[in-house]
Order: sequence, then structure tokens, then C-alpha cells
Amino acid sequence: MFPQPLDVAAARQRCMAYRRRILEISQQVQALHAAGAFSCLEMVDVIYNALMRGAAGNSPDTFMMSKGHGCMAQYVILEDLGVLSREDLDLYCKPEGRLGCHPDYGVPGIEASTGSLGHGMGLATGMAYTERHVSKGDGLIFTVLSDGELQEGSTWECMMMAANLEVDNLIAFLDHNGMQSFGNTAETHPKFYPIREKAEAFNWEVAEVNGHDADAVFNAVSERKGGRPFMLIGNTTKGRGVSYMEGGAIWHYRSPNPEEYKQALDELTEISS
Amino acid sequence: MRNKFADAIYEIGKTNPQICALVADISPAGSMVKFREEFPERFINCGVAEQAMIGIAAGMALKGMRPFCYTIATFSLYRPFEMVRDDLAYQNLPVTVIGMGAGVIYSTLGGTHHTMEDIAVASAIPNMTVLAPCDPEEMRLATTWCATESMGPVYMRLGKAGEPDLTSDAVDPFEIGKIRYLVKGDGDLCILTYGITMKMAFDIADRIQQKSGKQPSIVSVHTIKPLDESGILGALSAHKNTVVIEEHVPHGGLASRVKELAWDNGITTGLKSFTLKDEFIHFYGSYEELLARHGLSAEIIAGAL
Repeated sequence: MFPQPLDVAAARQRCMAYRRRILEISQQVQALHAAGAFSCLEMVDVIYNALMRGAAGNSPDTFMMSKGHGCMAQYVILEDLGVLSREDLDLYCKPEGRLGCHPDYGVPGIEASTGSLGHGMGLATGMAYTERHVSKGDGLIFTVLSDGELQEGSTWECMMMAANLEVDNLIAFLDHNGMQSFGNTAETHPKFYPIREKAEAFNWEVAEVNGHDADAVFNAVSERKGGRPFMLIGNTTKGRGVSYMEGGAIWHYRSPNPEEYKQALDELTEISS
Repeated sequence: MRNKFADAIYEIGKTNPQICALVADISPAGSMVKFREEFPERFINCGVAEQAMIGIAAGMALKGMRPFCYTIATFSLYRPFEMVRDDLAYQNLPVTVIGMGAGVIYSTLGGTHHTMEDIAVASAIPNMTVLAPCDPEEMRLATTWCATESMGPVYMRLGKAGEPDLTSDAVDPFEIGKIRYLVKGDGDLCILTYGITMKMAFDIADRIQQKSGKQPSIVSVHTIKPLDESGILGALSAHKNTVVIEEHVPHGGLASRVKELAWDNGITTGLKSFTLKDEFIHFYGSYEELLARHGLSAEIIAGAL
């Protein structure tokens, strides 16, 4: 179904370079949600660089970042694809720039304004429905949600509707890093689990993989049965790739200081799973 | 008016494939059945899930559609407020949110079904246009504008049913963003109102004419945002007294906007307003009786003028 096979080695190299670029930008601002970008980076990379068809900026498919705070992952990829410029990213959160801490509709490559959680599933469902049932096209809608967004009732309203509306072109990635501001979700909200069975009960097709394993992510989506909306639960680690960020709630928002930055660069390596 | 709304959507939808209707388990009667049968792919019943209704409509608009979202006003605007603000207004998408049966027309259903603050709430959002047509023909014209010309989100407040024709003898044509004289009087009193209370305005004018022989002007302020400031200032200046009537709480609606304008521009003619009270009234009687408890009736207002 997807014309581009995934070059796993290249994907690992890209993601290492993307992490490096995000860290580089982190030194220009006090905050940039690096940890949430690192947790979904492999999934966003697979979407843009393998699953979406056609040239960047001219694909029949759509990617929309539901977890808006993860947009650094999207920005660095859009830069790599030439949709955003290097200057755009250098001016991140600066008065002369046009990129903020959340994606803003109207910026090249940004298909919707997100940032408030629980909005993306509705937007994606409406996009997918229009593509599939009104325009009768074959456009796929990809979105990445945070696990926290599944605590929003609006997300479940729209998951019900997506199934009712038979939008089999909606492919949602859940960045399941299991962390939120108050700690580990398994401890703060144990009945949040299980996720998979809840989504399946809403008639979604669901697969679950290690969200940092690009090969597994790609294969799970490529091999989906279809006919229903699809959710890939990507089990991830918030802050993945930088030891002190992994599992540290403060890195949801904070930028590393110069020493921490140096340590992070030294630690960066290709991630296979 | 809701049946006529469905007729309008059906007529426009026949030739414009961008038009789609999303409802939340409440549907206008009339031609909505025909719309649904003829264009099933452009009709979505989201169920009792208003946040989904607005979010999905936004997603459709992002893919080129011009959706109308329809349910009772409290549920179309208040329940999914943040979707209206972020998904529709922040992204400036051409989606029309219909607030059906706004005001206190669902009298005996109680406060959960009364929409007393919608004009203030909707008007406070940047990019939002706020419309409140007063009769079926104004509604048809407003709906046509939303379907074909609007460049961004619209909140349109509609009455429930049975509104009479009040505009076929209007002095001015209907134009979005302009106040509209339905009756031009003798310069003594001007009545500014919108939506369902227009019928009351005519009743008040009749009573005043019978009592004093003076003919009040009657103005439909169908576009509350953006407000026709020069039109309002012209009306204030051209009449000895102006009265604003609205089925809305005293703050944030037309009455307070007109008072702001008058103050900012040094208007010295008389200005009064009659609105709903800033109060939830736990009273179960007819619509007219509940309005009267709020101080809104032709008798009360005509008597006070």
C-alpha cells in the first residue's frame, strides 16, 4: 500500500539528527517540550518519511499533530523535508519568527492549530470523513495523540464517531509514554488502563508496538487489516535518548542548561527500540 | 424558523457541494429529511456529542467544506465552547454554529435549556460573527450569507418556531453588518432589537402609537458582531430616545454595546434598555410568563416608555 519501504538504518540516523537539532534549538529558548517530542519522534518520522505518499508539501495524505506540545518533532522533520526553513526553526519562539510552542494553522506544513488536548481526534475525524466519504479520495489522515488526551471525553466522543462514520483512512498513533504532570499514569489513574481494549470496544483496529522501534511502527501500520479506523499504541519513553530526561517530569517543558546540553549531545546514539 | 432553516440549507445544498449539516441528536424538521436522503454523505448526526460535532465540522472545513452545526443553543455553544473557540475561531474556519431556541423559549424545561448569555459569549471570541435574524426571511438571507460568503465562523441565534413575517415591508434591505430599519418613525423613539423579540417590538410600537400618536422606528440589529457602529450612532442621533430590547442578560449583549458606543461618542439623546435579568429564575410557566418575570413584555415596556 505504501510505496516507500522503510530504510531502518536511515530512519535511526535521521532521528538521531532530529534529536540533536531539537537540543540545539533548546539552547536558544528556556522551554520547548523536548521530552514529549523525543517520545513520539520515531513515530512522526515514520509517518513523514515512509507512510505519507508523494513529495513533502504535496502529498495526498495529511499529518496533524494532535499532541500539539510535541510539535518540535514535527518542526525538525518539516525542516529536513524543506517545508520549513532553517531560519524558521532558528527563530522558534522569537518575535521575528512564526513558530510557537504549539502548531499554528497557516504555517507551511501545519494542518491544524493544536495545543489544547482533546481536539485532534475530532479534527482528524472530520478530515478523514471528508476525504473518504465526501471527496471520495484516497487520502490518509495521520495523527499523533498523547496518552493524556485519552483522558479527555471529547477524544472518546470522536473515537465513537470515527468508527460510526467508517473512516478507515484515519490512522492514529498514541504516544503512550505513561507520564503526566502528577507522575506515572499507572499510579495516578490506574483505571486509565487497559487502553487497547477500550479502543477495540469502540470498533477500532488496534496494534501495540514499541514506539521507538521504527521498523515495528512501520510494519504495524502497513500490515493493518483496514476497514476501520486504526490506532497504533506506541509504547514510548518520555525524553527518550537523553538519560536524565527519561522519566523526569520537569523535562516536559524545561530546556537543558549548557552542561546538560553537552551531556545530552555526548549521550545521543541511534535508537533501535 | 427552524423548519425554514432546513429549507434554506436544502436549497443551497442542492447546488453547493461544500454545504454539510452536522446535528447532535436534534434535527430541524422541514427539508432536513430531504437533505439527508439526497445528500447522505453531507449529513452527520453526531449523537449527544457536541464536542465531536464542532471538532468534526472543523476538520471538514479544513478539507474545504462549509459546515452548519445545529442543536439547541446551550448545547451548540456552551458545551463545546473550547472547540468553538479553538477549532473554529482560532483557525478562522467557515463553520456556522446554529443556536436554536435561544433565550428562554424552552420555558418549562428550566435553566439548563435557557440560553441567556450566548451573545456575550460568542461575541467575546475574536473572528466570530454573531447573527440573530428576526423572521424566516432574514434567517434565509443570513443562512445564504453563511453558506456562500462568510470567511470565518458564525454563531447564529435562531428562534424556535412560529415567527411571523416581520420584514416584507421593511424600509431597508437586509445586509450583513448593517442595521436595518423595518419601520422609520417620526424621530421620537427608536426600538433596537434582534431575533425573536422583534415581534414584541412591533407590539410595543403599536401600543405607543395608540397611546400617543407617535410612530416609533423599529430597527433589526441582525448582525450583532461586527456591529454597525455608524448605523447605531445614526439611529441614536436621529431619535430623541432609543430603547434596546433583548432576550439576553444585561451585560455583554446589544444593550451594553450600544451604551458603550453612546458613551464613547458623547451621545446625549435618551437611551434605555430592557433585557433579561442577571438571574436564574426558577419559574415554570409559559414563555411569555417567564419573559414577563424578567421584565420583558410589550405591556411592561410600553408602560415604562
